[in-house]
Amino acid sequence: MTQQIAAAPLVRVEPELEPPASRRRHRAEKAEARAARTFVAPAAVLLTVFFFVPVVLCFALAFTNARLISPHGPQFVGLDNFTRLFSDPLFGRSLRNTVLFSAVVVPLQSGFALVLALLINAQIPGVNFFRTVYFLPVVTSIVVVSILWTFMYQKDGLVNHLLQAASFNAIQGADWLNNPSTAMPAIIFMSIWQAVGFHMVIWLAGLQTIPGDLYEAAELDGATTWKRFRFVTWPGLRATRTFILVTITIAALSLFAQIKVMTNGGPLDSTSTVVFQAVRAGYEQQQTAYASAISLVFFVLVLMVSLVQRYLTRDKD
Amino acid sequence: MAISTVSRTDVRRAVSQANRKRRGRRFGRAGGYAGRSVLAVFFLFPIVFMLVSSLKPDDQIFADLSSPKAFLPIGHVSLDNYRKVFDTVPAWRFLANSIAISLVTVILGVAVNSLAAFAISRMRWRGRSIVLAAIIATLVVPFETFALPLVWWVNKLPWLVIQGGVPRWTFGWLDTYRVQIIPFVANAFSIYLYYSYFSTIPKELDEAARVDGAGWFRIYRSIVMPLAGPATATVAILTFLPAWNQFLWPLMVVQTENHRPVMVGLEYFFQLNVAWGPMMAYATLITIPVLALFLSFQRAFIGSIASSGVKG
Repeated sequence: MTQQIAAAPLVRVEPELEPPASRRRHRAEKAEARAARTFVAPAAVLLTVFFFVPVVLCFALAFTNARLISPHGPQFVGLDNFTRLFSDPLFGRSLRNTVLFSAVVVPLQSGFALVLALLINAQIPGVNFFRTVYFLPVVTSIVVVSILWTFMYQKDGLVNHLLQAASFNAIQGADWLNNPSTAMPAIIFMSIWQAVGFHMVIWLAGLQTIPGDLYEAAELDGATTWKRFRFVTWPGLRATRTFILVTITIAALSLFAQIKVMTNGGPLDSTSTVVFQAVRAGYEQQQTAYASAISLVFFVLVLMVSLVQRYLTRDKD
Repeated sequence: MAISTVSRTDVRRAVSQANRKRRGRRFGRAGGYAGRSVLAVFFLFPIVFMLVSSLKPDDQIFADLSSPKAFLPIGHVSLDNYRKVFDTVPAWRFLANSIAISLVTVILGVAVNSLAAFAISRMRWRGRSIVLAAIIATLVVPFETFALPLVWWVNKLPWLVIQGGVPRWTFGWLDTYRVQIIPFVANAFSIYLYYSYFSTIPKELDEAARVDGAGWFRIYRSIVMPLAGPATATVAILTFLPAWNQFLWPLMVVQTENHRPVMVGLEYFFQLNVAWGPMMAYATLITIPVLALFLSFQRAFIGSIASSGVKG
């Protein structure tokens, strides 16, 4: 509304009173800048309060003894939280679980997603149906999916019954989520099932940017399917590749909901993750400072991984 | 003579090769469908199992597990589980909360982020590039890194309430709707999406409107936004999904039933004796709205996810 008033002098042309052209332009520019700042203000304020301040707080509180609810303000305690963190066996285990989860999920999920994308990129009738179906788990909440698979993973649950049926009773299955050695693999399998459709669609978008005549030229040159993939498709997906690697890795490192719903970190902390431990410390035990220290380590981990990946997948020419 | 025979066998060989190739392709196509269908079953069976189990009593769910009946709505099929859901938890309340929270987040998000993107992409002012850089920088930081300090922080934030006609400051945002909405309104990625979409709309339109005396807000509202429908659809979907699926955040900042959203409501079913039937019914209940939206706006959904890949 203010900008409409500000714009008014441009319209109301009164020859005698009209200021010199340069001054008028100057005034219009000032009005434009004022309007622009007004437009940006809501987003800027919200991002400041709910993004920049908490990120700074994460750094600051990690060096204090802040608690979620406390009559005293936070006091500076130096590196106490970090010395405690690095001698905490649970943190070591959480870190190891998180890295293990990511190391398995990143290659499997991105590879599987690429296979799916190639399958639904084919020009055959009915391909939209398959695309929709492969994508369905993505629109199903991870919390719902976790509940559902908790049910299916039970000792006498659907997964074991299917395994028995498929193997003619040769495989009896396990009590997947209650066994420290199978809990994490079971969560990995389910997580890929849920999220792979998301990255399939992103690969697909990348595939569709590759010009069709490149494939025609390759076919004329007698290139096999594999060679066409290797020398046309793969190089054409370079930007998509970086994006997919970075997003899958960050999502994998942030593993939380599945753990909270399915195992609560157990059995024997075999599925505790960094974010899960941060939530347990910061929310359940109200130790905001300790949770901030964990979050800070997590932040550094995410940053390092995405920098390394960006470096490894950079444009080499 | 000799030459003609050679060429004839050549032709024959070529024809048979082409036939073989075509037959191979036909087999390849059938194989392609078979493979794709197996994958479809793989992605579909848990969801079908959930829908079907929500209609059966617990003892029948378990009895059916070892046969294909697990995936078929036959036997004692009823809506009893759904009735039990509404008896044990305030499901309507949770659904209403989630619908309200997601809708308000989407509406405010579209307004705030498009307005900011408009100023950044189409207006000239000092500090524009710094603001854009700051917004892009926020994209690499996942919410989980600052969620815990944020809990501490929102617990200290002020809010103006009017009590008996007198405005008064209160502190702490825990257990409110606003704590589930306001932190997620401004979104760097939405701004970025609008920003890139706006740059495809010719600037001459703005100039023509300015000559006709339109103010900047008028240009935003009557010219640019009506042309940015696809971007709005994308932003709406990418805001709605996480808002509906919120779990970690409300788990920490909402302690009372009144403001609880649907996902946290699932925790109610994790009591000592898990009743799987009602739990599957509740899971179905909170999945159906999103599923229905997805199936009716598939193209927009998939397009919006695909466009989230352009930022790399």
